[in-house]
Order: sequence, then structure tokens, then C-alpha cells
Amino acid sequence: MPEYVLRIRRYSPDTGAAARWQDFTVDLEPHQSVLDGLLQIRDRQDGSVGIRSSCQAAICGSCGVRINGRPHLACHTHLESALGTSGDGIITVEPMGNMPVLKDLIVDMDAVHWKKIKRVTPWLVNSEPVPEREYVVPAQSMLDITQSMACIQCGCCVSDCLSMEVDPLFIGPAALAKAYRFVGDPRDGEHPARLKDLAQDPHGMYDCTHCFNCIEACPKGVAPMNQIMRLRRIASADYGIEDDNNGYRHEHAFVRNIERNGLLHEADLLPDSYGGKFHPRAVPALVGSLPAIVKALMRRKVTLGKALGHPHKAPDDVKRIFKVVHQRPERRELNLYVTGTEDEDEPTYARGGPTDGSSAGHTPAERSPNA
Amino acid sequence: MPAHDVLIIGAGLAGQRAALAAAGAGATVAIMSKVHPVRSHSNAAAGGINAALNPEDSWESHAFDTVKGSDYLGDQDAIEVMCREAPDEILWLEHAGVTFHRNDEGLLGTRAFGGASAARTYYVADITGQALLHVLYEQMMKHHRQIDSYEEWFVTALVQDDSGACCGCVCRNIRDGSMQLFSAKSVILATGGSGQCFKPTTNALICTGDGMAHAYRIGAPLMDMEMIQYHPTTLSGTGILITEGARGEGAHLYNALGERFMEKYAPNKMELASRDVVSRAEQTEINEGRGFPDGTVALDITKVPRKRTLEALREIVNIGRDFAGVDITREPIHILPGQHYIMGGVKTDVWGATPVPGLYAAGEVACVSVHGGNRLGANSLLDTLIFGRRAGEHAAERARGMRMPKASEASLQDERRAINAIVRRERGSGRRVSEIKLELGTMMNQNCAVYRDHEGLMEAHEIIRRLKEEAKTAYIDDRGTVFNQDVLGALELGYMLDVAECNVVAALVRRESRGAQYRLDFPERNDADWLKHVVLTADGADVPKISASPVAITQWQPGVRSY
Ligand SMILES: Cc1cc2nc3c(=O)[nH]c(=O)nc-3n(C[C@H](O)[C@H](O)[C@H](O)COP(=O)(O)OP(=O)(O)OC[C@H]3O[C@@H](n4cnc5c(N)ncnc54)[C@H](O)[C@@H]3O)c2cc1C
Ligand code: SF4
Ligand code: SF4
Ligand code: FES
Repeated sequence: MPEYVLRIRRYSPDTGAAARWQDFTVDLEPHQSVLDGLLQIRDRQDGSVGIRSSCQAAICGSCGVRINGRPHLACHTHLESALGTSGDGIITVEPMGNMPVLKDLIVDMDAVHWKKIKRVTPWLVNSEPVPEREYVVPAQSMLDITQSMACIQCGCCVSDCLSMEVDPLFIGPAALAKAYRFVGDPRDGEHPARLKDLAQDPHGMYDCTHCFNCIEACPKGVAPMNQIMRLRRIASADYGIEDDNNGYRHEHAFVRNIERNGLLHEADLLPDSYGGKFHPRAVPALVGSLPAIVKALMRRKVTLGKALGHPHKAPDDVKRIFKVVHQRPERRELNLYVTGTEDEDEPTYARGGPTDGSSAGHTPAERSPNA
Repeated sequence: MPAHDVLIIGAGLAGQRAALAAAGAGATVAIMSKVHPVRSHSNAAAGGINAALNPEDSWESHAFDTVKGSDYLGDQDAIEVMCREAPDEILWLEHAGVTFHRNDEGLLGTRAFGGASAARTYYVADITGQALLHVLYEQMMKHHRQIDSYEEWFVTALVQDDSGACCGCVCRNIRDGSMQLFSAKSVILATGGSGQCFKPTTNALICTGDGMAHAYRIGAPLMDMEMIQYHPTTLSGTGILITEGARGEGAHLYNALGERFMEKYAPNKMELASRDVVSRAEQTEINEGRGFPDGTVALDITKVPRKRTLEALREIVNIGRDFAGVDITREPIHILPGQHYIMGGVKTDVWGATPVPGLYAAGEVACVSVHGGNRLGANSLLDTLIFGRRAGEHAAERARGMRMPKASEASLQDERRAINAIVRRERGSGRRVSEIKLELGTMMNQNCAVYRDHEGLMEAHEIIRRLKEEAKTAYIDDRGTVFNQDVLGALELGYMLDVAECNVVAALVRRESRGAQYRLDFPERNDADWLKHVVLTADGADVPKISASPVAITQWQPGVRSY
């Protein structure tokens, strides 16, 4: 079996000594996980290496760590791929970031992660009246929030959230994804109150800087940033909730700008974000942004000529995209939970359910187990 | 000393459901778990949860399937309770926020599962257990004022008062290593299964049978301990499970010759026969040389439309990709039977009460017995919730009007001493704890598996006796207090050895084949002599004391079991 070297960040509060690195060699198959490596170390070499683990199948959310500097589930990272990203052939394993370390690879999730989860009223507030039987809701809506239900609370996203590094009070990716689980749930009766709360909190949903780290970190495809964007869209589009950071208008300014010009026309962007060049709110904003504009000019990100003239007109393709989108009767949220589907010509697959009567349910007749 | 009306040990589905029910009944509640509650093993349940909620279906049909699935060893009074109450439980869960799959009308939709005569399995994609567990935890957060949650606390022993009633527990705060005594009027064990006695297993590392051993050690009887379920579709080596939902969605099994071999063993139900039947079929194919060289057979799900697979079995697609390097929507995946579930456990009545006053048990740790010789897929989640709730309600009821007992400090001192002794053992004084664990698991998977016989079981028992001796001097490395997982591992080994011994002794005693127990030397079911439960108690003796308990039969007389 091939050998791998794991360099583990050790810290024991019992000794009080500063954290240090310690190297261990393990022999395991390439497709075995970094957790397998850590457990082998514990079993054979040093039983005091601390790491939380249980399921070994990326489902319990215990084993979040940083591997070669990036957050991962140890049980979900093959040794071979960890070797591939290691650079120097040594796989480094250290505790997740943004949370205090308790021992070795174990961090204090309660102090950060769970505190934030508890911040977002993390339970269903039933919309009234509560039906006698189940709530009747669109199948799609349940599938849609299944993406955030897929969260296993591992903390990988929290570990590398850029905004949280700057603002430790930021509610953060996992908790906001949890919030979307309720805002996207048609059975919840508190959508406006939830959204207002997340909007008004200075460390709330507008604190995210779109750095994509949480999407990359998440082992379960929850894509927290996307859920945050959906929260924001629903807040502004459906409930007219104002965004103090002007994010919503800024986003729309981008859209309008592209629709008009085909390419981004920076000079219009800022005033557009504040309601147009001649809107009274635009003036202080423009003045406030002058340094940035000047910098952009100096870095040739924007040329004076481009800034003043309108060299672009949107090409037909772009116009067509906008036309299609505008013609949609309602806004569609892109659900990434079901990924990788292709348009395959398949007969519609009948689903079973309480109403379809047949006991064989959704298994098509030719392979019905009950025939 | 913390004192509560109801103390719950274990925060999986059974424990959390019990906590919510007890709090709902007005009791003060403590719930304790050696891992954070959402890390409990209930989250691994992929396939779903059974209930006859569809108006076309009936609880009697569900109950009969369960009785037949149990090979007539299940207690029919308990099965009736479970199946009658199942529909309301599903609705309770739905109202609590579980995002169950809907059909096109927006109503709860179902999928087919093994051993069932109707599609009555409710599910959330293939993360049903996870969704349930996380939603219950949402409810626990909602009711945090009534429920004290002790997260990452490890229970080392139950405490009895002078009359023998259970009145609390001793535990270790994993975060700082301190030991604490808890008093309670009622104690509910909800510590889950004991799959780690086997290697490989589909069970998580925390499933070490702690509660079974705790109960056994204070004299509570264990029942049906020989009934160990091997799941038909697990990955070789890792033991990772491919949910039965895959076969429910239409996946087939093939041997290396390309034959759909279930035609021979269960011509009607084929892949959806009971688990014991399918696992034995596979093992026979493998043993008789029709498996693949890696000792497996193939599960082929490529016939199910890809979109449906991605939508309903996404987790399995991920598992195939990440843990076997196979795109299951395009090619078959190699699988074999793997240890999965224990039907046996702490003997209880239909309210979860054990014969020890004040002590309850619910979930996989308990044996009501609704699963008898073989558990049907998607009946375990139901079992945890129904009997978790009933135990919670009953325990709260018992506590009402009762004086708060005071657990004796002596037990705290005993536990502290025992742990210190382990920590202080010299390195090299004996074997490593991990070594003993590995030997136990590998041996059990050989001698106490799908096929068993007298010789193998006798040998198993001898080995366990030796391992028990060796465990007394086994050493660990960690001498610290904060997150000393090493010392917890040593304690768990002790529990596993007790439980494994009971497994083996019960399997030796039952000289017939029924459900998951298949004795090569007694290949037939023998109702005349063995339509009864094997019950084991510690009784101060060194090896388990054996007795029997009758099977409750209400309306279904034992019949031939074919699929
Ligand atoms: C891979 C897999 C898939 C499954 N799929 C299905 C399915 O589709 N449908 C179905 O019905 N069933 C399924 N099952 C079975 C089902 O998941 C379990 O039987 C059930 O979830 C057990 O729940 P529980 O509440 O009894 O225990 P668990 O969820 O295991 O919880 C045990 C709790 O006890 C705590 N604990 C244990 N020991 C101690 C101690 N010493 N001190 C303190 N706390 C302790 C743990 O921390 C944990 O919180 C599956 C099982 C597996 C392994
Ligand atoms: S995208 Fe937003 S929430 Fe996600 S990591 Fe970056 S700042 Fe944090
Ligand atoms: S969103 Fe993803 S990364 Fe973040 S806690 Fe949940 S599962 Fe982990
Ligand atoms: S061990 Fe459960 S997620 Fe890694």
C-alpha cells in the first residue's frame, strides 16, 4: 500500500504548550480518506490525536478540517487527491478557521456556528391554519428547500467565510442557508418578519461579499451564497425590503446596464444604482465614490472616452435573452440541488402517492416488485 | 447535582422525540449525547419511513407485512401499536417541518420498499434520516427552555437507588473531562445500536452498544440479541450503505454470470424481498462462486431514468462517485451483504418501560419487539419515533407527583476511579484497545454473520472471553482531560464486548433458523420449540443467564414465509 505523510496541527490545552506541527506516515489505499489516515494514526501510533468523527460517509458533519489550507470533510477527501493539492507531497491537516480551537483538530462549534444558527429562529413557524392532514404544497418547493436541508452543519463554509473573518458577528453562510430553508418553505408563516430581521441586522444578509468561498467549501452542494442571494431577491422583489447597502439596486443597475449596452458600461452603473444620474440620492454617492472612479480611470479599467460616450449597443442575442426572461410569468429560482440532469428522452416517470391508488406506487409496471 | 423529571441518554431520533414528548407533557427534561445531537447515527437513514397513511392502505396491512417480515418473532401487540400510530406520527413530523417528498398534487408521496405489500415509505430525497433528525433538533432549539441539552457528554453508568430503581446516571463532560452525577425520576435510554461490534458495518463509529451494556450491567434483560441484520447492499471494505430505496426505485441484482439471481430465491418480490432473504441469496451466490472476484455481486440502477435517480437518490450517486468511483446512473456497482442493524436490545413493554423501575429504552437500543427476527426497511425510523414518543410520555407521567431521588455519590466515585485506572495504565502493559476492537469486529463478521453454526459460535464465545480478559489491561495513549477520546474508546470497547457476548450466546441458544438467524446446523424454522424470545440477564454471573419470553400473538398465526 502506498504511504502518505500527514502533517497535523497539534494543540493540547492540557499542556498549555503552543500549537505545533507533527508528521505521521500512514499506509493506505489511494481512494481511502484523510479520515482513514487520521484514524489509522490514532489506532496504531498515537491515540491522543483529537478529531471528531462518526459516520465516515460525509453525512454526520463531524469531521470538518482544513486540508492543505482548504476546508473539507476529512472522510470525504481521498488521500490521493489531498496529495495532489499538497504541493510538496505532505498533506497538512489543521482545524477549521473562524472558530476557536479546543484540541488538535477539534474546534468550538457551539461558540460560533451553533450560536449563529440559533440566531435565525431555526424552526418552522407554522402558517395558520395548520391543516388536519399535510400541508398541500408544490412538489418543487420541497425539492427546492431540500438543497438547504442537505446541510449537515459541518462548519466548512463558516471556516473560510471572508466576511466573517472581517466581521465575526456576521450571521454567516450556514445560518443564512438555514434561514432560506424557512423563507423558501411555503408552510412557514413568518417570511416577511424573517426577511426584515435579516435585512436590518447590520451583520445580516447584506454582509456577504460574494466571495464564493462557502460554495466551494460546502461538501453537500448547499451553495450557501446562492441561498443568501435568493433571500435578498425575495426580500426586495416580493416584500419591498430596502437594503441599506444598496445591494439590490446595484444588482438591478447591472442588469439594466447590460440590457441597454450589451457590455457593462461602468459610468452609468453607480448613478443607476441610486436611481439614475439625476436622482438626489445619487449625488452624495457619486461624490463618495470619486476616489474609486479616479482609481479606476488611472488603472485604465475605465477610459474617459468610454465613460462619457456609449460605444456599445446591446447585440441581438443579449436582447433576446432579456426578452425571454421578461416574458416569464414569474421569477424562476434556479435550483441547483438536482444537478447534472440532461434532456434525455424518457417517458415521464410516474410518481406514486396517496392519491394514485395503485399499491405498486411509482415503479413502472414492467418492474413492479409486487406483481 | 443536576436533577430532572426525565433524563434521556442519547439524542438520535428516539431520544429527541422522547425529549419533545416529555417536555410537551410538562416534565423538566435533560437530554445527553456523546456527540452533538445532529451527529447521531439516525442521520444515516437514507431510504425513508413507513406508514399506512394512504387511504387505500391500512395499518393492518402494514402490521401484517411487519409480522411476516419478522418471521413471526415480532410481538404483535407492539406491532399493532406502531402501525396504528404511524400515520399520525408522519403528520406530526410534516407539521414540525419535515420537507417530505410530494406528488404532483402536492400531497405526501411514497416509494416502494422491501417486504412491503404497498408503497408506503415516506421520504425526503435520500436524506430522510438527516432531514428528520435536523427538524427534530430545530424543535429542540425551539423548546430550549424546557429541555436542557448536554451535548458531548458521555454516560458511563446508570445509577440505582436502594430499591433497585434507576434514578440517574454518571457521565463525563467530554470537553473538560469532569465527571458529573445526574439525578432523575425517570431515565430513558436511547443510545442506538451496536454495529461497531462488527467490521465492516454500515454503522457509524459511535454505535458501540453503550446503552445495552449499561442496562445489562444493572440487571435489565436483553432480548432477541441473536437477531442481527445484514443489509443486502453495502460497499465492500467501507461497509457504506446503498439504500434499499435504490431497489425500491427499480434497481436489479446480478451475479457475475449476468443472472438476475433473485428469480431463484424470491420469484415474486425479487429484489424487494425481506432483507434477510436477499442477503442470504447474495451470500449463497458469492459462496458458490458466482460472485465477482472481489467477493461481491452487482447492483444495477442504470435502468431507472437518470433524472429520477439524480432527484431521488442523489446521495447514492455521490456515494458511488466518492467512495467507489462509479457513476451509478451509467454502470452497475459492486455490493455485498454488510452488518447493518440489531433487532435485539433492552427488553421493554409497549411504553418503552423495562423491567427495572424507572428505566425506559427506545429506538435501536431497545427491543419492544416490533422487528422480531428481521426488520423491514423504513420500519426503524418509525420504531424510534413511535416508541421514543411513548417512552417520553410515560416517563413524564411516572415522574408526576414523585419525589426527586438522589443518586448516590458512591457511583460517581466508582466511575472516576475506573477511568483513572485506565488512563494510568502503562503503555505496553497489554494490547492496544484498537487492536482488540479490530479482532472482535473481524471475528464477529466471520462467526456471527449471515450463516452461523455451533462450532463457529463456540469459537466466537471463547475469543470474546479472551478479549474480555485482555481488555482489562489494554492501554491507551491519551492522558489528558480535554476531549480524551482515547479513554472513551476504552470504555466503549467494554460495552462492545458485553454486547457481542450476548449476540453470540443468544445465537448459540437458538437452535433453529428464523429471520436473520440462519444456522447451517439447524436450517429449518422450528415453531414448536422456538417461537419465543431468547432473554439474557447479567444476574451477577460472569456469563449471561438465559431465559425465554413468549411471543405476543394477536391476529396473525405463524405461516410459511415466502416472497
Ligand atoms: C446507513 C443506515 C441507513 C439506514 N436507513 C434506514 C432507513 O432508510 N429507514 C429506517 O427506518 N431505518 C434506517 N436505518 C436504521 C435507523 O437509522 C436506526 O436504527 C435509527 O436511526 C436509530 O436511532 P436511535 O435514535 O435509536 O439511535 P441513534 O440515532 O444512533 O442515536 C444514538 C444516540 O445515543 C447517543 N449515545 C450513545 N452512547 C452514548 C453514551 N455512552 N453517552 C451519551 N450518549 C450516548 C449518541 O450520541 C446518539 O445521540 C439505517 C441505518 C443505517 C446505519
Ligand atoms: S460568499 Fe458570502 S457567505 Fe459565502 S463565504 Fe463569501 S462572504 Fe461568506
Ligand atoms: S452549508 Fe455546507 S459547508 Fe456549510 S455547514 Fe452546511 S453542509 Fe457544511
Ligand atoms: S465522519 Fe461524518 S462527516 Fe466525516
